Amino acid sequence: MHVQAAKTVSHILHNCRQSENSYPRSYPPKTLLPFLTPPKTPTLSFRLASAPIKTREPNTNKTKSKVSIQVRLMRFVVTKPSAGAGAAGKARLGALYLGGGGAAPPIETPALVVPTRRGLPSFISRDLLDRLPYPDSLLLHLCPIHFIECPSTRTIKNIGGVHEMVGLQDHFFIASPGDSVESLPEHGGTNKIGAAFETPSGRRLINPKDYMDIISSTRPNLWASLADEVPAWVTEKRNRLSIDRTLKWLDDCLSLDQEKGASTLGAVVGGPNIEHRKKCATEVSMRNVSGFYLGGFGLGESIEERSALLNAVTNILPEEKIRFVSRLGLPEEVLQGVAAGIDLFDSTYIYHLTLGGFALVFPLDILGEAPEALLRNSSNDYTKINLHATIYRKDTSPIVDKCSCYTCQNHTRAYLNHLLNVHEMLAQILLEIHNTHHYLGFFRSIRRALKQEKFELFRERFMESRRVHLMEAVPYS
Amino acid sequence: MALQFEVVGRFNRARASKLTLPHYVVQTPMFMPVGTQGTIKGLTNSQLEDIGCQIILGNTYHLALRPGAELIDELGGLHKFMNWKRGLLTDSGGFQMVSLLHLADITEEGVTFQSPVDGKPMLLTPEESIQIQNKIGADIIMALDDVVRTTITGPRIEEAMYRTLRWMDRCIAAHKRPDAQNLFGIVQGGLDPVLRDICVRGLVERNLPGYAIGGLAGGEDKDSFWRVVAQCTAALPEDKPRYVMGVGYPLDIVVCSALGADMYDCVYPTRTARFGTALVPEGVLKLKHNAMASDERPIDSTCSCMVCKNYTRAYIHSLVTRDAMGSQLLSYHNLSYMMRLSKDLHMSIVEGRFPEYVRGFLRTQFPKGDVPQWVCNAMEVAGIDISSCCAPVPV
Repeated sequence: MHVQAAKTVSHILHNCRQSENSYPRSYPPKTLLPFLTPPKTPTLSFRLASAPIKTREPNTNKTKSKVSIQVRLMRFVVTKPSAGAGAAGKARLGALYLGGGGAAPPIETPALVVPTRRGLPSFISRDLLDRLPYPDSLLLHLCPIHFIECPSTRTIKNIGGVHEMVGLQDHFFIASPGDSVESLPEHGGTNKIGAAFETPSGRRLINPKDYMDIISSTRPNLWASLADEVPAWVTEKRNRLSIDRTLKWLDDCLSLDQEKGASTLGAVVGGPNIEHRKKCATEVSMRNVSGFYLGGFGLGESIEERSALLNAVTNILPEEKIRFVSRLGLPEEVLQGVAAGIDLFDSTYIYHLTLGGFALVFPLDILGEAPEALLRNSSNDYTKINLHATIYRKDTSPIVDKCSCYTCQNHTRAYLNHLLNVHEMLAQILLEIHNTHHYLGFFRSIRRALKQEKFELFRERFMESRRVHLMEAVPYS
Repeated sequence: MALQFEVVGRFNRARASKLTLPHYVVQTPMFMPVGTQGTIKGLTNSQLEDIGCQIILGNTYHLALRPGAELIDELGGLHKFMNWKRGLLTDSGGFQMVSLLHLADITEEGVTFQSPVDGKPMLLTPEESIQIQNKIGADIIMALDDVVRTTITGPRIEEAMYRTLRWMDRCIAAHKRPDAQNLFGIVQGGLDPVLRDICVRGLVERNLPGYAIGGLAGGEDKDSFWRVVAQCTAALPEDKPRYVMGVGYPLDIVVCSALGADMYDCVYPTRTARFGTALVPEGVLKLKHNAMASDERPIDSTCSCMVCKNYTRAYIHSLVTRDAMGSQLLSYHNLSYMMRLSKDLHMSIVEGRFPEYVRGFLRTQFPKGDVPQWVCNAMEVAGIDISSCCAPVPV
């Protein structure tokens, strides 16, 4: 029965591939729906129709419900394997499903993991989060270090975990130690007992047991093991030590894990040393983990050497398991990561832009526009605009024309300029909404390009348009 | 006159009304949050609408500085600039100048002060204030009054009261848009009933769309406060709205509503939220307190706002004073509380259960029966029996 279904699905897929725009609006066909349940093992792969940007009904009065562990588990499926050859050889499409079936659509990867502070975005409260693109905006980052002090793990457990605690029961939380804003890995303080982080309340040392306490009380959907992430300039000896520690802590975390690795992303470190990276990747692959967290990137290695390091790791990691990297935040870095086979990116690019009063404006339809159009000097062709600038004082246009985010649908550049000048919190709220929306759109463009097998062209065009603008010496930004 | 005021319910002096303004129809008694610089701190328009805000305030002084009255006018008025679809009220700028600026000098011409932006001397006259407010375009605008603190005594109060009346005439003459904006007069006179009476009569003679009771909420004792409100509401016309400026403590709002006032504004709910304090029926809840760190209850179990439906005190405790989100969530809750208070006052009057509501309110705030004396005095004048809320006085 299932074999028959597979044949039918691939038959349809085959027909669909004939022409790019032939995805019927009613795909998948209703007759096939009973067969298209999320697979139990990541072997069946099928393509998903690209959907227009949807948002959810606002859900301001949701009552709390305790969701069992079963439903929290996520499954990852590679839906379009990497081509294997070419500059973008390792880029692939995937889908994250929430276990237990249910109505939630899968999250397509490569995807952006929206950064949070204690489980909520810096400025976007849950009712405004609902208006961001769906289901893209369901994927949130969780930094366990934020919970070192409060609330206590017991309180978090009593409340029912992070989903309950922050009122985002339908969202997915991906946890990794550290974030790039507030909890920075401090390799100098890390020792055999635990990993050190610089936090607003000083340096904190956390050992695997405490880390797992936070993980087991917050219960994120996926979590990375505790790692010793070192910057690119450490000695080889220190680097080797970081691998040994990270592997030991991975084993410690797994032994304390009630789910036996079902939600674990094994941390792979190794600094700037390709051999070390390979060794660590090999070791971690042998553990019973569901995916991988590529640690230690974005800590001082140059963009040029990073490709080689990323690829060295992804060459070894099993294809069918998910890969998550932190601190590759800029669009160029994301494209680099996608090309190397990374599926999830946590980026604080949006946060820094927002704090600086910047709004993203770069065109998202990189492939649709003619190359000349991208390079033309019109108001929407810069990467970002600084809304502090006086040229926006009377600008009654939205940040980006035809952007469907709450900010662009309701407010003007002039109003944002005013809010920034008078230091009002609403400025950050509105900017974070737009920037998140726009960056999620960027990831959609990436996925679209991958589906159309035009990722290399996409990447080239994008980089070209950025270089031209840098050279044009923008007068006002 | 650009409003319609219809009383839809009464209990003694208290009244519930439907007030139709150019941009919105509001229900009173009503609390108006203060959106000083063209925004309520930390909340979007959609959230304010969800919470039930009907009118928000803009500060003429701040908006005239940044972004400037000309710019707001050019871009179509404050409603369009902020994209706020409901009611707006602007004050005259007088209070800010006096309270914010140490070197303000008040003369018959107007108020001279140093601009905080560049230190240049500036003069705000009644004409100028109205002109700026005409440009901003709010539904209700306030006359420039000569504000004195109630803690001051002596001839200055009398001088200020008469000057307020003279400035009222200048404001009326300068007002270019009476068909679109309602100019409210402000009753001054300190704590002196004679002066207050003269001022009320003077303003009523000018037949304004609405009246405000000013000069209170500046540190005077509560017993004097309620007496002034009671006197003014008794003398002001029945068929026009009455606005007590600067009142924001829930208890004060309940008392003033019982005495016949309709509209209130204050920075208190949003400001106290940014300091980690939540408004609850029992009084206030200080979320920063260590005891909150493990308290798994919502802020207010009787509140149905987004914050109380989804968050525990413990979680909010971890956010307050650390993350902007803490301020946002508490402001959201506090304003929800104030809107709920307004709605409860309105509905209880309309449905003929106002005294029961007042008693319930007082019992929750003062479970030991220690209702302050001034409240008891005020309720007597308001004709509401709250003896069941007050513990017997020890002999």
